[in-house]
Amino acid sequence: MAAMQRAPNAPSRVGRISTLTLGYLFLYIPILTLVVFSFNDSSMMTSWTGFSLRWYVALMNDQALLRAASLSLQVAFMTATAAAALGTWAGYIVARKPMFKGFGLYVGLLTAPLVIPEVVLGISLLLLFVEMGSVFGWPGERGLLTIWVGHTTLCLAFVTIIVQSRIRDLDRAYEEAALDLGAKPLHVFFTITLPLIAPAIISGWLLAFTLSLDDVVIASFLSGPGSTLLSPEIFSRVRLGLKPEVNALATIFVVIVGVFVVVVNRLQRKQETMGP
Amino acid sequence: MIGSFFSRLKQSGFWVIAPPYAWLVLFLLVPFLLVLKISVADLNFGIPPYTSLVDLSDNVLTFTVHLRGYALLFSDSLYLMTYLSSIKMAAITTVCCILIGYPMAYYIARTEGSLRHLLLLAVILPFWTSLLLRVYAWVGILRNDGLLNNFLIWMGLIDTPLEIYRTDLAVYIGLVYAYLPFFILPLYANLVKLDARLLDAAYDLGASPVRAFLAVTLPLSLPGVVAGAMLVFIPTVGEYVIPEMLGGADTLMMGRVMWSEFFTNADWPMASAVTVIMVLILLVPLVVLQMNQKRSFLSETKGGQ
Repeated sequence: MAAMQRAPNAPSRVGRISTLTLGYLFLYIPILTLVVFSFNDSSMMTSWTGFSLRWYVALMNDQALLRAASLSLQVAFMTATAAAALGTWAGYIVARKPMFKGFGLYVGLLTAPLVIPEVVLGISLLLLFVEMGSVFGWPGERGLLTIWVGHTTLCLAFVTIIVQSRIRDLDRAYEEAALDLGAKPLHVFFTITLPLIAPAIISGWLLAFTLSLDDVVIASFLSGPGSTLLSPEIFSRVRLGLKPEVNALATIFVVIVGVFVVVVNRLQRKQETMGP
Repeated sequence: MIGSFFSRLKQSGFWVIAPPYAWLVLFLLVPFLLVLKISVADLNFGIPPYTSLVDLSDNVLTFTVHLRGYALLFSDSLYLMTYLSSIKMAAITTVCCILIGYPMAYYIARTEGSLRHLLLLAVILPFWTSLLLRVYAWVGILRNDGLLNNFLIWMGLIDTPLEIYRTDLAVYIGLVYAYLPFFILPLYANLVKLDARLLDAAYDLGASPVRAFLAVTLPLSLPGVVAGAMLVFIPTVGEYVIPEMLGGADTLMMGRVMWSEFFTNADWPMASAVTVIMVLILLVPLVVLQMNQKRSFLSETKGGQ
């Protein structure tokens, strides 16, 4: 009897441990090899010849890569900020005002970029900008601005999903109390709702930032002369083979992202346990 | 009645809804319609490199539709093969993600306490690191002189290196690897909400663990499986970076064809036609996903009120 009652909460330990171990090894071994071989002395990524920091030195002297990285960071910052603002707005509508005509199309357009292949997004936006250029004379040339529009459209979907689920979990009593006391809806949004959903907006901002930094396809379609971003630059180098300085770059990425995600997660969980 | 509708529209805030909607219409809907338009244009040397649909000359309005792209799509067997191959690869990838991802999501959801948070975080973490760089890592693992082959030879399991890099198998590994978290997360969200009392009831009635899983857990988790499977299948059909980095020259995928029509051949109408057909193929899974999504948006909102 006791065994039967315990059964639902104790699925076979062996099955659980081996499944999870194999699964996580599959997810993490590639990342681990990137990090380990960034310190390899050999230019071949395939055999270990000794510890060296030469690829980090090579990275620091790579002007083309550094320029692309600085452009990428600018675009990612602008994208994340725009997507966080628009996505919060859109997420609020989805969570709080879903009963209007055209809601189906709205949700469809909002969530399409989550799944639609990036090649489709890239081609269609490129055609839009070319057409606009020939009809209105703007934008005359593709560059950082057009990439920014493409990335914002992509990231908007992700921010919206994160923010709307947070707004849904909110207790409406706070907002209703403020409204009952005569506060204007906009005032209520900025003083009550916004602080409460701030953690979700920050996660959305960070996700948009990394998505923008990571994107190859949209940035390749929408870039112009002199606006090559980091990911397309890396892609054009590694599609033909191994480049150890890219390992060094990947390691820097992994460290920054790892620290960030752990810190943000800590903060979020602290807020969840302390907050309303 | 109509008057009250409009006043309610005003109350519910038309201007609250309009700006994000406008962005989406301008930068998603209009571009899709443009792709449709240019797919029936003809190649033209100049800027833009396609003919216009409507032409007004000598006071005569002519409206020309060219179906060259579509004709080529259906007559050239290479395009047809590419479509079928993309769908096959996406389907196999989705099945592999279900087979690997379901047990993982299931066991994560059944883990207690702070360890569950940690396991979940470990699934999310790769999301935040560059996909491009993680796929690049597989190049070093799968090459003939790569880590996997070195390891297997060192173990004495094989004598000659396995040829995986630049084959379809490498593309499958890369695709499953990249899209696995997209399957696990929605399924986990579903499984973790599962009412444990239902399982208790099944056990009390004498069901075996397997029977309880098949009769209770599996049917209740189907929406999560569907959502996850769509999140894997749809983007995989058009994936470009992974087949380009890990696949061989004979790995046929639509994303690569669209890319080369655009950049190598500069044939925009053709690229547009390929895109239109791809979106049409994806329409069925897209609608399934949207229905799933809209239903959950609406039901959660109603439940929350």
